Amino acid sequence: MEAGSLTARGGRTLPERSPRARAIDPLLRWTLTGLAALILLLIGFFFIRLFIEAKPAFDKFGYVGFVFDNNWDVSREIFGAWPLVVGTLITSAIALILGVPVAIATAIYTTELSPRHLRQPLTIIVELLAAVPSVVYGLWGIIVLAPKLKGPEQWFSDTFSFLPLVGGPVSIPNCFVAGLIMAIMILPIVSAISREVMVTVPSENKEAALALGATRWEMIRIAVLPYSRSGISGAAMLGLGRAIGETIAVTIVIGNAPNVPDSIFSQGYTLAAVIANEFGEAASDPTHRAALIAAGLVLFVLTLLVNAIARHFVNRAQRGERTVPKGMAG
Amino acid sequence: MTTLPAVSGRRRVTDSGMRALMLVLTLIAIVPLVLILYYLIKEGIGAWSKDFFTTDPTGRFLGNPGGIKSAIWGTIEMVALASLIAIPIGIGVALYLVEYGKQGRFANVVRYFVDVMTGVPSVVFGLFVYIVLVVTKVGGTFAAWKGSVALALLMLPVVTRSAEVVLNLVPDSLREGALALGAPRWRVVFRVVLPSALPGLVTGSLLAVARAAGETAPLLFTAAFVFGTQFDLSQRMNSLPLQIFSDVGQAQDRLVQRAWGAALTLVLLVLILSLVARLAQRRSRLA
Repeated sequence: MEAGSLTARGGRTLPERSPRARAIDPLLRWTLTGLAALILLLIGFFFIRLFIEAKPAFDKFGYVGFVFDNNWDVSREIFGAWPLVVGTLITSAIALILGVPVAIATAIYTTELSPRHLRQPLTIIVELLAAVPSVVYGLWGIIVLAPKLKGPEQWFSDTFSFLPLVGGPVSIPNCFVAGLIMAIMILPIVSAISREVMVTVPSENKEAALALGATRWEMIRIAVLPYSRSGISGAAMLGLGRAIGETIAVTIVIGNAPNVPDSIFSQGYTLAAVIANEFGEAASDPTHRAALIAAGLVLFVLTLLVNAIARHFVNRAQRGERTVPKGMAG
Repeated sequence: MTTLPAVSGRRRVTDSGMRALMLVLTLIAIVPLVLILYYLIKEGIGAWSKDFFTTDPTGRFLGNPGGIKSAIWGTIEMVALASLIAIPIGIGVALYLVEYGKQGRFANVVRYFVDVMTGVPSVVFGLFVYIVLVVTKVGGTFAAWKGSVALALLMLPVVTRSAEVVLNLVPDSLREGALALGAPRWRVVFRVVLPSALPGLVTGSLLAVARAAGETAPLLFTAAFVFGTQFDLSQRMNSLPLQIFSDVGQAQDRLVQRAWGAALTLVLLVLILSLVARLAQRRSRLA
């Protein structure tokens, strides 16, 4: 039998496709494969171009020097990004500490505790937070939130001045407000992923706990939380990735002062904010521009690491490879 | 008959205490949304007027600051062009992953890098387009189409991931049925797979559009900022997020007022897009 023709029962041959019609299939296949390959090329190109453009800054200050030197002085053309790195870490930490517990509680409440008819509305309301653009959070943060929070912040700062990074005067845009805004912004994604994981907890596990006489909360603690722990960790890491890269809202509310902050209530700066804020003045200054691009590269690598860890956790949760935690019997 | 021992008082208190705590934290999660919407409506409606939507910003230091006409048009134009770039490519890549790549090594590498793209901060995409297209002066320096490219990079992974999920939901029996009838592969893709996945594809794409409409950072480096309404995509262009960003930075009451009005407009735009996306999803027979 010749290629391209089939013999049907009774000896009749089915009509053969014209060569042109047969050419469309491989064409589609290779076009789509090309598009997929384009993504890889794009990311490769992306990384290499960022690196080439950032190289002058790394050459001048060294890789370690650029990241760890506590000196970002635009007027003297000295660029050590340590204040920015610290600012990024402090604000992201505040965002995680404030945002993740609330997000997990929301997920627990909507999956396990709330009346059935409230589940859908509550979920939608929390997800609406993700529909508010970053710049609107910034506007609200600087005009409404920051002035209103000044009093309580000052009280907290005076009362708990024994804690590290607390104490001293409160400035109006400050790291804490930036962290709080970020916490609100990461809430929907952390909550959504935690909820997705908690929904997958087998009802056998939950029913077994209840049948053994556990209260609702005990059921959540011994059946739901251990099962979804790795997914929740992944959700928190994804939230961290978002927080690190958050730009415009932070630029508006953090005050943009390139110093390592004395307290969470003083002004700060982050890697993302420095790029958005100083890029205009850097256009005419090659060293400054290279330093900003280097800051972008550091940010890129940081988010890449955080997201890789997050994906590892979430994948593990989805594959169901869970280790039974030691404290489960307790 | 044995009676079960009653749940001890301490356990009962812990139970109701923790349940109450979960409820309180959930309510706390809702507070910011309520507050933001309250201030947006209160301050934003006050800024709205007919002139607000029909005049461009004047840029004058004193007197009438003007409206946001150029910003609304700019956002619509740039997001439309970004969608024209990102949606076909994104769906194409998803088609490759589902129809051809499947679980092969190359397909998994592509999937991994699409995930990587999802995590890249938008400011870094802006920086990248700035380096590649603005610094090198491809057709002038700042231009609206470069802003669209940056937005498209941002949308691409969102479109691809959501399209992949939806295309995977198309039952294999449909594909096999069409192939058994003698349809060539491309016809199966265009006449069977894509039409049955259409509502889901629309949802994913609209959510990506909604996300792009609110982005500021990538436009800052690429489309820059002007006052006048611009329909030429090779020129600088205003947009709603940039207008808000620049008005907040000025810290003048009448500019902040305009920022609130623009913010309310932007949030409504994004909400309408998300709502339409959800309606499209509801019509889907697959999801």
